[in-house]
Amino acid sequence: MTTQVQMSAEDKALAYPSPLKEFWQGFSYNKGAVMGLVFLAVVVVAALFAPWVAPYNPIDQYRDFMLTPPSWADGGTAKFLLGTDEIGRDMLSRLIYGARLSLLIGLSAVLSSLIPGIILGLLAAFYPKVLGPLIMRVMDVMMALPSLLLAIAIVAILGPSMLNTIIAISVVSLPGYVRLVRASAMTELNRDYVTAARVAGAGTLRLMFVTVLPNCMAPLIVHATMSFSSAILDAAALGFLGMGVQPPSAEWGAMLSSARDYIERAWWVVSWPGLTILLSVLAINLIGDGLRDALDPKLKRAA
Amino acid sequence: MTNVLQARDLTRHYEVSQGFLKGHATVKALNGVSFDLQAGRTLAVVGESGCGKSTLARQLTLIEPPTSGSLLLDGNDVSQASAAERKAMRTKVQMVFQNPYASLNPRQKIGSQLSEPLVINTRLSAAERVERVREMMKLVGLRPEHYYRYPHMFSGGQRQRIAIARAMMLNPKIVVADEPTSALDVSIQAQVLNLFMDLQESFNTTYVFISHNLAVVEHVANDVMVMYLGRVVEIGDKDTIYSRPLHPYTQALLSATPSIHPEDRRIQIKIQGELPSPLKPPSGCAFHKRCPFAIERCRQESPELRSLDRRQVACHRAEEINA
Amino acid sequence: MSLLEINNLSVLFGAEAHPFAAVEGLDLSVSQGEIVGIVGESGSGKSVTMMAMMGLLEGQGRIVADKLRFDGKDLLTLSARERRKIIGKDISMIFQDPMTALNPSFTVGYQIMEVLKVHQGLSGSALKKRAIELMEMVEIPAAATRLDAYPHQLSGGMSQRVAIAMAIACNPKLLIADEPTTALDVTIQAQIMSLLVNLQKSHDMALILITHDLAVVAEVAHRLAVMYAGQVVEQGAIPDIFRKPQHPYTEALLSSIPEHSKGARRLNTLPGIVPGHYDRPSGCLLSPRCPYVADRCRAERPALLPNAAGAVRCYFPLSAKDAQ
Repeated sequence: MTTQVQMSAEDKALAYPSPLKEFWQGFSYNKGAVMGLVFLAVVVVAALFAPWVAPYNPIDQYRDFMLTPPSWADGGTAKFLLGTDEIGRDMLSRLIYGARLSLLIGLSAVLSSLIPGIILGLLAAFYPKVLGPLIMRVMDVMMALPSLLLAIAIVAILGPSMLNTIIAISVVSLPGYVRLVRASAMTELNRDYVTAARVAGAGTLRLMFVTVLPNCMAPLIVHATMSFSSAILDAAALGFLGMGVQPPSAEWGAMLSSARDYIERAWWVVSWPGLTILLSVLAINLIGDGLRDALDPKLKRAA
Repeated sequence: MTNVLQARDLTRHYEVSQGFLKGHATVKALNGVSFDLQAGRTLAVVGESGCGKSTLARQLTLIEPPTSGSLLLDGNDVSQASAAERKAMRTKVQMVFQNPYASLNPRQKIGSQLSEPLVINTRLSAAERVERVREMMKLVGLRPEHYYRYPHMFSGGQRQRIAIARAMMLNPKIVVADEPTSALDVSIQAQVLNLFMDLQESFNTTYVFISHNLAVVEHVANDVMVMYLGRVVEIGDKDTIYSRPLHPYTQALLSATPSIHPEDRRIQIKIQGELPSPLKPPSGCAFHKRCPFAIERCRQESPELRSLDRRQVACHRAEEINA
Repeated sequence: MSLLEINNLSVLFGAEAHPFAAVEGLDLSVSQGEIVGIVGESGSGKSVTMMAMMGLLEGQGRIVADKLRFDGKDLLTLSARERRKIIGKDISMIFQDPMTALNPSFTVGYQIMEVLKVHQGLSGSALKKRAIELMEMVEIPAAATRLDAYPHQLSGGMSQRVAIAMAIACNPKLLIADEPTTALDVTIQAQIMSLLVNLQKSHDMALILITHDLAVVAEVAHRLAVMYAGQVVEQGAIPDIFRKPQHPYTEALLSSIPEHSKGARRLNTLPGIVPGHYDRPSGCLLSPRCPYVADRCRAERPALLPNAAGAVRCYFPLSAKDAQ
């Protein structure tokens, strides 16, 4: 009798939400992050289903409708909702197809710096005598160079193309990941549970990826979203300088750069890509904010 | 009685940087420690923070190699063993930590934390592992549904049960417990101590019980080893040492331990000052600066452990002051 | 007359509709020159009580009490400003972790002198002289040179001595020590406890000692209050309360101490855990765990009733059982 009463009391005390639900509770508390997530979802869906969503082919030129203003402005037509650019291509379709490239560049740049960043960072934390300082000094040198300048130099050597843009951006953002992983891995390494895993006989690889890494993920995920947006910005900057994705492919940065001659005559040609970049970056940063709130146990409200 | 572990003259020195361009200093965290562990018995290691207790734990669990001296596990010398042999030896010594909040991986479910030692060290199938884990959970008083929970859903006492279960998974010969109850409330401490005793009875496990709480030590230990600044000052049977401590430091520890019946206390000696810096240990007997009985010889000459009255003690004046 | 009188104090947290009482109906009185121990497990409300009395819970918990008097002044009606004048001067407190109680960016001397400046308006050489005097009072060797030390250069015991020096700087009438020696080694613990008792005697202070360690209380205190889940379950004089505990919880607490069960292989324990915030039983809070539980205990909550030795919150105090 007594034990039953006590067990049910204990059960209630232990009825915590699952980690995923707990995460969503923390995340949804941040209204800005939810708005960012909704906006990004719309962009991603549009990019994925671009051939069906976009009204026209992004590289088809409608010579009769060059520099048509958006449909609601004077001289606009309902055919081209957001107007056309200097050679008569539909802005909306180019933005939708551009989202494919820009998001792809962002995602692959993040992944291709995240994975080597994790490996180098863990190595630096696990071998603090020789290898660690060596890795960190190389990263310091990379950090000492202005990031855009370094990216330009890399693209200049490799030649402008989408792949090379991704390589350049991921090389530039690598030191941030390495430092972050190393710092959080080093704090975790001093915890007793790592020693416990060692006593249980775990080898270095297991310690690195099974024991330590999951506990470093919270700051990493946040940093990854932040650098996702900066990758899009860097890609746009490289595109603007003519060193990124080559025409006629639609990419937000390249669109911005090819439109710069028309800033005074046709505001929409510049504004739409600029606005899209701005909103996407804002959305992703807001999501990153929400992730940090939801994943950081220090900021977690007592349940 | 069989000896499961023999430590002979174990030392462990750490190099400490003293700052830019200043070179290194050596901290003698462990300075020649010898003892035997007998199967199914409990050796309590007692001393204040900085006395080398935790360093000793790191040597015994083979996390760190000793600077010098030898460690014989089941008669095999650890320092001579190959990497594979050492891996097998490692499973024989497991550890329970002081802080139950830091010793469990926060991102791993209880079930997978408990089966980790099996995954690494055995060839059991997944189903066999689950069964072994559930058996062990039952043994330490956890309920089956706890299998899928994360550590943050447990109280301190339950976490310590989980940590004990993890240490017992491989059925080790020796469990090193580093202050396992000092972070717990008294009533929870009693539950955890009972669990330790029950497990020892069922598995005949040898415990090395590191603690600064002499009341807890008196309850759990068979033998007691008192350490001061990396050296053993007194080692022997618990009843012998508690009924008649010979070393002034042991006496001081016993008289400083608060008691519910302070009027029953037999020895009343007070010591002044604090533990000296291990970077600059005093000459001679390390304890002489705080010892009320120190004489010139104590300042000059470091006392060796010697047999006296059924235990070993490292004090020049042990006979005189206890006469 | 008592220096501190608390009557029916409750501290409520959480929403107005479903409040959670961290402290419930607490009565406590402390006279001048007395050492009172408050013992309980973590979460029993012993620290919250003292924080509430000092007004340190502002904006977090709601404090309800029939009477909260210190030295003839009603703390409930005092403005925040007047209350601040009392706190730190007439009532002061030392904490468990001396390392975090001192500000790491300032020297020890600066921090002691700051207290003296604010509350006593000292300045110049008198200030420094008093600071050194205080540090000698707490038996810090080479006090004059230690003035310039930063907290990280001191050991835990030394830091706690500095914290005590700051606490007694204004000759308080009441000193509250919240687990003052939990973070320290036994020999240092003994030194700090004897220092506290000496200071308490020489300054004729009242001392409230909050701890989870019954033995520490047994060594120094005159009276003891045992708390369980926010309530005082037993009050009494030491050592009577240890010889003949009246409440089943006090008895269980005593028997779970290793020292108390000499020779036994197993320690006596209460089954189960302290009830959580929202699953408190409607009857006596100990009823789910109590070995002597009766129907009445499950139905209604007992009140804290005075008896010969002190007070006990139990329908069937253990002495009554012996008589039967």
